[in-house]
Amino acid sequence: MIWDFEFTLEVMPDFLRGLWVTVQATVFGYLIALALGLVIAMVRRIPVLGTIVHVVMEFIRTTPLLVQLVFVFALVPAGFSPLMVGIIVLGVHYAAYTAEVYRSGIEGVAVGQWEAARALSLPARRTWGAIVLPQAIRKVIPALGNYLIAMFKDTPLLFAITVVELLATAQQVGQASFKIVEAFTLVGFLFLLVSIPSAIIIRRLERRYAAV
Amino acid sequence: MPPSDTPTNARPQGGGAGAGGGPLIVFDQVVKRFGDLTVLDHLDFSVDPGERVTLIGPSGSGKTTILRLLMTLEKVTEGVIRVGGEPFSHMPRGGSGGLVPAGESYLRERRKRIGMVFQQFNLFPNMTVRQNVIEAPVHVLGIPKEEANAKAEQLLDLVGLADKVDAHPTQLSGGQQQRVAIARALAMSPEILLLDEVTSALDPELVAGVLDVLREVAESTDITMLCVTHEMGFARDVSHRVLMFDQGQIAEEGTPDQIFGDPQEERTRSFLRSVLDNGV
Repeated sequence: MIWDFEFTLEVMPDFLRGLWVTVQATVFGYLIALALGLVIAMVRRIPVLGTIVHVVMEFIRTTPLLVQLVFVFALVPAGFSPLMVGIIVLGVHYAAYTAEVYRSGIEGVAVGQWEAARALSLPARRTWGAIVLPQAIRKVIPALGNYLIAMFKDTPLLFAITVVELLATAQQVGQASFKIVEAFTLVGFLFLLVSIPSAIIIRRLERRYAAV
Repeated sequence: MPPSDTPTNARPQGGGAGAGGGPLIVFDQVVKRFGDLTVLDHLDFSVDPGERVTLIGPSGSGKTTILRLLMTLEKVTEGVIRVGGEPFSHMPRGGSGGLVPAGESYLRERRKRIGMVFQQFNLFPNMTVRQNVIEAPVHVLGIPKEEANAKAEQLLDLVGLADKVDAHPTQLSGGQQQRVAIARALAMSPEILLLDEVTSALDPELVAGVLDVLREVAESTDITMLCVTHEMGFARDVSHRVLMFDQGQIAEEGTPDQIFGDPQEERTRSFLRSVLDNGV
């Protein structure tokens, strides 16, 4: 088998467009997962509402992402951008995981910290914002980082709702040209191009926050 | 054995911060249960403004629970706690004169006048010493930051840590952390200071520094102190009155000289013996 360089160059623009979709889905989906997961972790401490939210999140965690994507895409009215739907579903799905990560971080904050905050009459906003969350989040940065990479690797599922990201591009190009090896090797290479730097950044963050 | 009326042990005569000269803190038939375990059993006692009271007794006798109830870290099961004549654990119900368990905002308002120092220090590790001390004055009392900083520096000077304002708690020894915790509690200018076994988690050589700071606070302010401790020497020097607890009730009370010099109850005698023998 001989690698076809000409072909590689020819399809590169399509691949980069696919990669861009992948990156968008990952970044925006991850931002949703980070923010929503935090809200869920905090709401879970409220008696009744917390239990309801917990049940919903358990449901999301125990059903496949692919099913959720297809299901939600079928429900939303036509005209919604498939990428937008994909980002939201990815974000909500991963929020169910990040919420658990945040929860473990919050529970890891010593009871004495809550008591000291209470003894100083600090309002809930300061207790959470200045004391509990800074300590909790620092501890869970590595775990949150792992979900960024996991999410990145889940983006090809968006193909199921017609989003043409990197892997879908490769499939289309590969089938049209019969250059399957080139197409998929290129995909692997481009995935690595994103995930290796991300992993390095995450590792740096971990080291920086673990030190304190 | 010093004479019984050294100046620091003179009991304050009325006045102070309490409404109408009455007691500042009143426990009225207070019961606290954790499940089936009764920790405080229909407890009655009161503390006058400016009075310094030490609570002693075997572990599990309910001393710490009293502090935690006052700090509203626990809720009373039965009975009422009053501070400055106002119900504290409960709040008045509209018009009827009845009392209902206090809501969170009512508690937060009342809690401001009480400060607490914990056995485990409980400094905020993500903040510097200065930030620990100014956090509540700025965000609870609304004091301008410059003013809070000035006061923090003054308090840190009082506890002998003026040079550590920008350090993080993890860089300090246990004794230093506890002195910061004292400064943090005092920064709120509380009327009442609760000390919960503040030297129990310290290495022996660090205990004296913390106790010296507290002696200084006791002598230089008219702050009302409730102190749970196993440091009998400190209790003797600083307190006006000692309460000996056993099984959720006051077994004996009196001046430090009465309790330490001439205890009447066998329970007090055996407790003091065990504490002194172990050198704690």
